[in-house]
Amino acid sequence: MSLEAPTSLMASIRTGAISLGVFAVLTAAAISLTYVAGSESIAANKAAAKARALAEVMPPHLYDQSLLSAPQKLVDYGELNVNSEAVGYAAVKSGNTQAIVLPVIAKDGYSGAISLLVGIDQHGFIQGVRAIEHKETPGLGDKVERKKSPWVDSFNGRSLANTPADDWAVTKDGGVFDGFTGATITPRAVVNAVHQGLLYHQRHHNALYSVAQEQ
Amino acid sequence: MSTEQTKLMMNGLWNNNPALVQLLGLCPLLAVTGSVVNALGLGFATLLVLVGSNLLVSLIRNHVADDIRLPVFVMIIAALVTIAELTMQALTYELYQILGIFIPLIVTNCAILGRADAYARKNPPHLAVLDGLSMGLGFAVVLVLLGAMRELLGQGTLFADMHLLLGPMAQNWTLVIIDDYRGFLFAVLPPGAFVGMGLIIAAKNTFDQYQKMQKLKAQPLAEAGSKRVRVTGTIA
Repeated sequence: MSLEAPTSLMASIRTGAISLGVFAVLTAAAISLTYVAGSESIAANKAAAKARALAEVMPPHLYDQSLLSAPQKLVDYGELNVNSEAVGYAAVKSGNTQAIVLPVIAKDGYSGAISLLVGIDQHGFIQGVRAIEHKETPGLGDKVERKKSPWVDSFNGRSLANTPADDWAVTKDGGVFDGFTGATITPRAVVNAVHQGLLYHQRHHNALYSVAQEQ
Repeated sequence: MSTEQTKLMMNGLWNNNPALVQLLGLCPLLAVTGSVVNALGLGFATLLVLVGSNLLVSLIRNHVADDIRLPVFVMIIAALVTIAELTMQALTYELYQILGIFIPLIVTNCAILGRADAYARKNPPHLAVLDGLSMGLGFAVVLVLLGAMRELLGQGTLFADMHLLLGPMAQNWTLVIIDDYRGFLFAVLPPGAFVGMGLIIAAKNTFDQYQKMQKLKAQPLAEAGSKRVRVTGTIA
């Protein structure tokens, strides 16, 4: 076997490499152009979608400035099972924090973690709960989505004061929250996580409301 | 329609259906057909990408050496899918939130690379687009059929949550076929997809075979041989 490849082979490798390179540059350029042209409106759309999600767990009479404008870092975020990048959102009206939206993760869903947003007012009453990310079984566990079932509304108006610790469970386990047909694990996980959110709100009440006040 | 065009449509929808005959794209097909709405979403997204990639591949078909055609096709398809995803995020964010999960799945659909290599690179753009259209439709029809079977068996409904895809006008489309249905988890989970897919393929094959038999029967029987045979008893 000779060390030098035949010229025809070299030539075909060269043309092949060049045209592959040209196509790589063209496709990359097309993607970059689309990205540059769209990045602004993508960012705006994402912010708008986030604002809509937040607005669903916080009734409008509790704030008069955008919920996104008052993000706040969370102390002891591990208690909510979220990571250090997760933030809470304060509902500020006339300069006073009226309520807060907390991110909570239920780790023990049927198929992994369920990400929740829980809106709680300063007196500890739940204003709204939404599942924003989950992988639960379609048709069974996915009833945690508000779009598919009003089940999450059963948390509205609950607080640690009006619902004792033993009642924070599905009816099957002796609590006050209905499960849904065919799925036990999903509602159990969500009820627990929302309860954790309320306990966190109570424990860190001062930190949550004083920090927001300064902003 | 010319004969070539009719043939293309028939191939995509029936004779050479990507899902039922070529058995391509089964990974996304089996994964998302738990309900009609998901099936329709994936079918629609796949159709668009398939038409787009067939068109592009056909346009460059005379400028790419045979040796490097596959990596070039892969680049084109990947770029097309990425651009589609970015464009949807920028222009129709609501639609992206619904179809977004299906878009990465399209890259795993070998039917798209298959059509680029088997048809689009050898044919002019208008035929390549038609091929993409018919293959995409054939794929979408099977998706929706399987989705309907699994949704009906698994949840006792049809067309549930269609408003997620089609907007408020589809709000009340949900047909509760079986009242107070307890649900049949098997149909919703992956095994239901495999069994349902098998049943659809079996039904198609049975139908094709029946058609073939009818055709044979319609032909005049061959002249009986002249050799006489004395038969006593039964011949196995």
